[in-house]
Amino acid sequence: MAQFLKLSEAIEANVKDGDAVAMEGFTHLIPFAAGHEIIRQKRKRLSLIRMTPDLIYDQLIGMGCAERMTFSWGGNPGVGSLHRFRDAYQNGWPNKLEIVEHSHAAMANAYDAAAAGLPFAVFRGYRGAELPRVNPSIKEVICPYTGEKLATVPAVKLDVAIIHAQKADRKGNVLLEGIVGVQKEAVLAAKRSVVTVEEIVDELNPPSPNSVVLPGWTVKAVVQVPGGAHPSYAHGYYKRDNAFYKAWDDIARERDTFTAWMDENVLRKGPEVFAAHAKKAA
Amino acid sequence: MSQSFTPNEMMTVAAARALTNEDVCFVGIGAPSAACNLARQTHAPDIVLIYESGTLETRPNVLPLSIGDGELCETALTTVPVPEMFRYWLQGGRITTGFLGGAQIDRYANLNTTVVGPYEKPSVRLPGGGGAPEIATSCGQIFITMAHSKRAFVEKIDFFTSLGHGEGGDSRKKLGVTTKGPTKVMTDLCVMEPDEKTKELTVVSLHPGVTKEQVSAATGWQIKFAANVIETPAPTETELKVLRELHARTKAAHGGNA
Repeated sequence: MAQFLKLSEAIEANVKDGDAVAMEGFTHLIPFAAGHEIIRQKRKRLSLIRMTPDLIYDQLIGMGCAERMTFSWGGNPGVGSLHRFRDAYQNGWPNKLEIVEHSHAAMANAYDAAAAGLPFAVFRGYRGAELPRVNPSIKEVICPYTGEKLATVPAVKLDVAIIHAQKADRKGNVLLEGIVGVQKEAVLAAKRSVVTVEEIVDELNPPSPNSVVLPGWTVKAVVQVPGGAHPSYAHGYYKRDNAFYKAWDDIARERDTFTAWMDENVLRKGPEVFAAHAKKAA
Repeated sequence: MSQSFTPNEMMTVAAARALTNEDVCFVGIGAPSAACNLARQTHAPDIVLIYESGTLETRPNVLPLSIGDGELCETALTTVPVPEMFRYWLQGGRITTGFLGGAQIDRYANLNTTVVGPYEKPSVRLPGGGGAPEIATSCGQIFITMAHSKRAFVEKIDFFTSLGHGEGGDSRKKLGVTTKGPTKVMTDLCVMEPDEKTKELTVVSLHPGVTKEQVSAATGWQIKFAANVIETPAPTETELKVLRELHARTKAAHGGNA
């Protein structure tokens, strides 16, 4: 059964140095507040997994929390590069970063397989592509029924999944709406999960019997952090802060401007600052 | 010619015209997104636009900055989880046309969006493939839009992020790939199509005012021209008006005071 905790308690209890961590959300509902808490608690040697690392992993990498990143598209969407990721990978600042690179289809299938308790995923992919040469975990099988050659990738292995959602009820049942990415798969694949939410309500009232709901018994900790997905967005609450994504390009380009920004906006602040974003566009 | 236009506008218009009302299109961010929505708002009102974030039949009023902006979900017929998008819709063979771009392209329209330089020690680490490796092989055909320059149109790409026509000829077939692959490349200078047999990119149409010499000078290999190269018809007033309004709405929506 889900525990209702403060963000600092939820991260303290569920994220350990060296853990394999997925903080998912496909451009939408990215758990930024939880990411900032991990940075404040100075977690080290994390193996970060995420289809689109986005600014959240750029921040964790730049603050020295990560030793490995598994991903499929590592840019600032619509803007350009993730400068902290590049600096870590190309120059080893602030520490060396190992990468495990896949395609989106491979990652999505690997999450799906993990949620299903399978050891690997099979799909029609990577044909004529070079990633299998540099990522030895990409292999192939021959279909036993048709003889077709298919790609395989190992299921994602997760200690902890962290996601942000719109609502939870008092039993810890969680409702996700809009672009739902691979969050359900990540939570079901992980040994532990932390869910931050915009609101905690008495009745979840899913809008349809087919709504995406994670039962409370699949979730380890629930934390209310209004605005906790900013600068990404929460469908039905606030919009994506595209201006901030553009501004990040300059903030993160140089080490000193990045460090100063993180010091002022993350290290010296707490999760309560996110509430301003929840209100702004309401 | 009634109005002046930029090379980039010509590229987007040329890409939009290549789309039909019957297409089911896998759309990427940037020029592809502009082209697909221009087509939808002009000659192809029923075109089905799909973005990899899971939005099916989306009709955005402004262009998204990211592949998963709220605008895409809010204007979609339905939004599916990302594993379903890649498994049922893309891999399932339901997409007629996919749009790709890249940092580097070679004469057989293979693309690199991964690294400049060697993979382990790149001079520039690019974002990577994202959906491209499977888009390139699962969609019925591929359109490519890229600005034309010697840095991008190279003799040898540094990394094979996604398959075009491989080493030419029947390369795709040999790999067990049954889809057509790149059928058109739209740049800011010209339109290219692969030669029927060799699959080498060949210029079929030059944009107004562009010379063969300009195209050759901006291409890193000895680019070939079709026997009868035509001039790309200039953008019409309607095309320019719709495209500029789309960009203006987009700018107003994403601008903010960063």
